[in-house]
Amino acid sequence: MLKEYSTITKISGPLILVEEVEGVKYEEIVEVKLPTGEIRRGRVLEVDRDKALVQIFEGTTGIDVTKSKVKFLGKGIELGLSMDMLGRVFDGLGRPIDKGPKIIPERRADINGAPLNPYARDYPNEFIQTGISAIDGLNTLVRGQKLPIFSGSGLPHNRVAAQIARQATVLGKEETFAVVFGAMGITFEEADFFISDFRRTGAIERAVLFINLADDPAVERLATPRMAFTAAEYLAFEKDTHVLVILTDMTNYCEALRQVSAARKEIPGRRGDPGYLYTDLATVYERAGRVMGKKGSITLIPILTMPEDDKTHPIPDLTGYITEGQVILTRPLHRKKVSPPIDVLPSLSRLKDKGIGPEKTREDHADVFNQLFAAYARGKEAQELAVILGEAALSDTDKLYLKFSAVFEERYVSQGEEENRTIEQTLDLGWELLSVFPRAELKRIREEYLDKYLTRFKKEETAAEPEKEAEMVAPT
Amino acid sequence: MNGEARERTGTIVKVAGPLVVAEGMSGARMFDVVKVSDKRLIGEIIELSGDLASIQVYEETGGIGTGEPVYQTGQPLSVELGPGLIESIYDGIQRPLDVIREMVGESITRGIEVPALNREKKWAFEPKAAAGDSVVEGDLLGEVQETTLVIHKILVPPGINGTIERIESGEFTVEETVCVIKNDDGTTHDLSMMQRWPVRKSRPYKEKLAPHIALTTGQRVLDTFFPVGKGGTACVPGPFGSGKTVVQHQLAKWADAEIIVYIGCGERGNEMTDVLLEFPELKDPRSGDPLMRRTVLIANTSNMPVAAREASVYTGITIAEYFRDMGYSVAVMADSTSRWAEAMREISGRLEEMPGEEGYPAYLGAKVAEFYERAGRVTCLGSDSREGAMSVIGAVSPPGGDLSDPVVQATLRVVKVFWSLEDKLAYKRHFPAISWLTSYSLYLENIETYLREEVAEDMPDLRSEAMRLLEEEAELEEIVRLVGIDALSPADRLTLEASRSIREDFLHQNAFHEVDTYTSMEKQYKMLHVILHFYHRAKDALEKGVPITTIETLPIRERIARAKYMAEDAADQIVALEDEIDKAIKDVLAEAA
Ligand SMILES: Nc1ncnc2c1ncn2[C@@H]1O[C@H](COP(=O)(O)OP(=O)(O)OP(=O)(O)O)[C@@H](O)[C@H]1O
Ligand SMILES: [Mg+2]
Repeated sequence: MLKEYSTITKISGPLILVEEVEGVKYEEIVEVKLPTGEIRRGRVLEVDRDKALVQIFEGTTGIDVTKSKVKFLGKGIELGLSMDMLGRVFDGLGRPIDKGPKIIPERRADINGAPLNPYARDYPNEFIQTGISAIDGLNTLVRGQKLPIFSGSGLPHNRVAAQIARQATVLGKEETFAVVFGAMGITFEEADFFISDFRRTGAIERAVLFINLADDPAVERLATPRMAFTAAEYLAFEKDTHVLVILTDMTNYCEALRQVSAARKEIPGRRGDPGYLYTDLATVYERAGRVMGKKGSITLIPILTMPEDDKTHPIPDLTGYITEGQVILTRPLHRKKVSPPIDVLPSLSRLKDKGIGPEKTREDHADVFNQLFAAYARGKEAQELAVILGEAALSDTDKLYLKFSAVFEERYVSQGEEENRTIEQTLDLGWELLSVFPRAELKRIREEYLDKYLTRFKKEETAAEPEKEAEMVAPT
Repeated sequence: MNGEARERTGTIVKVAGPLVVAEGMSGARMFDVVKVSDKRLIGEIIELSGDLASIQVYEETGGIGTGEPVYQTGQPLSVELGPGLIESIYDGIQRPLDVIREMVGESITRGIEVPALNREKKWAFEPKAAAGDSVVEGDLLGEVQETTLVIHKILVPPGINGTIERIESGEFTVEETVCVIKNDDGTTHDLSMMQRWPVRKSRPYKEKLAPHIALTTGQRVLDTFFPVGKGGTACVPGPFGSGKTVVQHQLAKWADAEIIVYIGCGERGNEMTDVLLEFPELKDPRSGDPLMRRTVLIANTSNMPVAAREASVYTGITIAEYFRDMGYSVAVMADSTSRWAEAMREISGRLEEMPGEEGYPAYLGAKVAEFYERAGRVTCLGSDSREGAMSVIGAVSPPGGDLSDPVVQATLRVVKVFWSLEDKLAYKRHFPAISWLTSYSLYLENIETYLREEVAEDMPDLRSEAMRLLEEEAELEEIVRLVGIDALSPADRLTLEASRSIREDFLHQNAFHEVDTYTSMEKQYKMLHVILHFYHRAKDALEKGVPITTIETLPIRERIARAKYMAEDAADQIVALEDEIDKAIKDVLAEAA
């Protein structure tokens, strides 16, 4: 029999202090029985001699110091694992909420996992085709990567994530991804959007959902991504599945962490966030990846809304420091009805270099994206200049870049939610758009590829170029 | 790991994350290693007060509770030094990750004790001294060919001076005695090829010297514009995604050091995998051997315990010092020192110390300075007075890329080279995104003679001229931004054209391009020479009445731009470009006349 304590001496925010305890372990799971008979769960944050500081997942409302009873269960928080989890919906602490049958676990696993030995990792290098040009062509996602979507409130990040989940395939392999979905503090409508989309496409059969809604207890959110990863690791590394983990919204997760930290009166790091936010996020995000000798993989797409659209806010900032790139959505493009409104220049996939090229996508991929970036960046610069000085002040070359960047946004970045482009289509589109430039401008592309591909897209080359040069020499 | 003395135990009274407090710890010393609970987690004493010891634990403390025992070892946190270090991958406290994987699979379970150096493997020890020789600390006893690239020198350990009584030759494990020395004070020492050294203490040398040779890296912006000296210090601060890790990896690959120690401190696991997969394939440009054969990796990634992250930089730098002592030029990369500082902050917070700026401990600056001070060009111990050098390059990851960050500021106070990564450049995919306007190197003067003698007499002058053009460009761009390009004189527009060429054709360097990834000093010189040659000829032509627009559109520009992709052994073709430039200019002059 486990000992029951009725020695709660202090309740503050999501925390309770239990005194006169014996042999309590750090991180141990706790059950609190309220006077009403309700059971709440918690976790030991600190033990100091005979005092245990406990964080209550479901909140402390209704807990009192005299009648509530506390039990220490002698183990960490666990999730029961089974293939029957597929197709099911759980709450943020891993309890089924879909009225489905009880799940009989194969085994139970601590949701904190154990750190993956870096020596056991396998490098992610298999191209995932998402069908979205701005991602496939310029910020290529690979299997086992962690690539967040940085967004803002009101931007269509959920639609982008759902589109990726719907369209993601690995070329030449017909395997589909299983989706593990962790929702933290999002609204019912947002959660419902995902669930309906998964239902509509049948993806729900291969999905596990952990849902903590905006009106669910905030502290529970701290467990949700760990639940999701525990399920994902089981599917990927024990059951040879390729898993796509979508976590939304990490900003709510971080806020819950901050709430607990404030209740503990910890000294904050920058802008009020706990000093260990980086480490905490890393222990979540770094669970994505590939493991040598294992068939499955975990690809992670966390979504976060940047407070005040500020990329330097600690939540996006620290996320960017851990993940392997970021896809940034931006309001100006959204207003221009560019869909998806991906801000190409500050977006980045760091693993793209290993996932593209001959046999993966196409030999010219790297050169084409380098050139598209350079051209778009120059076009954007020209645009800034044009705003100040008027378009007339631009050189002819800059005018060309300016025009290019507008067409690039309209045709390359924007494609709509239902369009699923192959990588060939994406690359060819890139060439088509680049073909407006004289060949000498395409410095980032190897001669051999210019010879091989540019000719296919360049219309009336012989006519266009001399004319252009003449035009440029004439004025001064 | 360290010698055991289990009779002495204390009792845990508090557990808060990586910090454990134990009572009954009288007799313990600061920075001694302890084993926490019967799970035998490794910890280090970081504060003593009465019989209470605060311990930072190098493994996860979940499931540890009050009342559990703490065992003292009586030893400070140390590393094992000897043959077997090269090509290893260790965690922050020098546990071999490859061996751990073999033992327990893909996750790191707790309480694993594995020796850092393989105890079974035999190494061929070739004596370089003889019985009867009198030796002092640092003298060469023998050599082991550890890898094709590294001759591991077995030296008389610090503190021992005397006469060799016996010295062996043949195959030995790192624990077997290879030499017996009778110390001048009468004591006898049985020496094996392995020694231990406490990580928080720097290894001794005779004298520190100023760096005077460049550590060439094959990275044009670094070598030509902001070089670091052999034995020098440099930092690479920048926001996320700006290219710190790529710079560090490029240095680990191409720097002309004999030994590389790469510390992955609180960063991504995949980045270590990248090194592990790539380095055995990459060839050292000098010897043609795989680069892994000169590399030691320390990997304490962000998901691994935070206290071991704090220790990892010391583990790495101590191993590097050990190779420096052999007379080698060693380069240490630490990515990222900010994660190290954050680990200090976290532990300090748990200790409830008075926080300084942004919650960092008040001693942050002192720790950072102490760390970089371990770098240097030195005269090593030993009667031959050989020289060794240890260069240290630290990445810094300031929140939001803000350089007023306490870690950046503490670092800039001590290091001599500042490679400033800017996200603006990274967004434009100008890589390496090192700002040519804000970066600096304080070694330029020290190594000027070296550059003139070893690279080219006028190398420093080319650099100055290129730098001047870039600075002028920045001013001219201000003007263009305000009043438009038409306001510029043809001469100014040529300046813009020349500096554009310096930026795009020289500074820009693609780390992932098979040729562009590395450029020898010789090729760097030639490239810059060609670019400036064009500028000079064009200036001449301009003065003789050729319109700037003609110059701006000369097709030869494209050829210059492609010089970076010419193979190292085709460097002659770069020089030949200068003749073509002359010809092209002659043609336009003829046209203009
Ligand atoms: N020299 C280079 N050549 C080509 N690409 C580069 C170069 N330097 C950086 N990059 C690009 O920038 C990306 C980010 O670089 P890197 O991972 O080094 O950033 P970082 O500053 O270390 O970021 P973090 O602080 O998040 O670790 C790389 O994945 C690569 O795509
Ligand atoms: Mg990095």
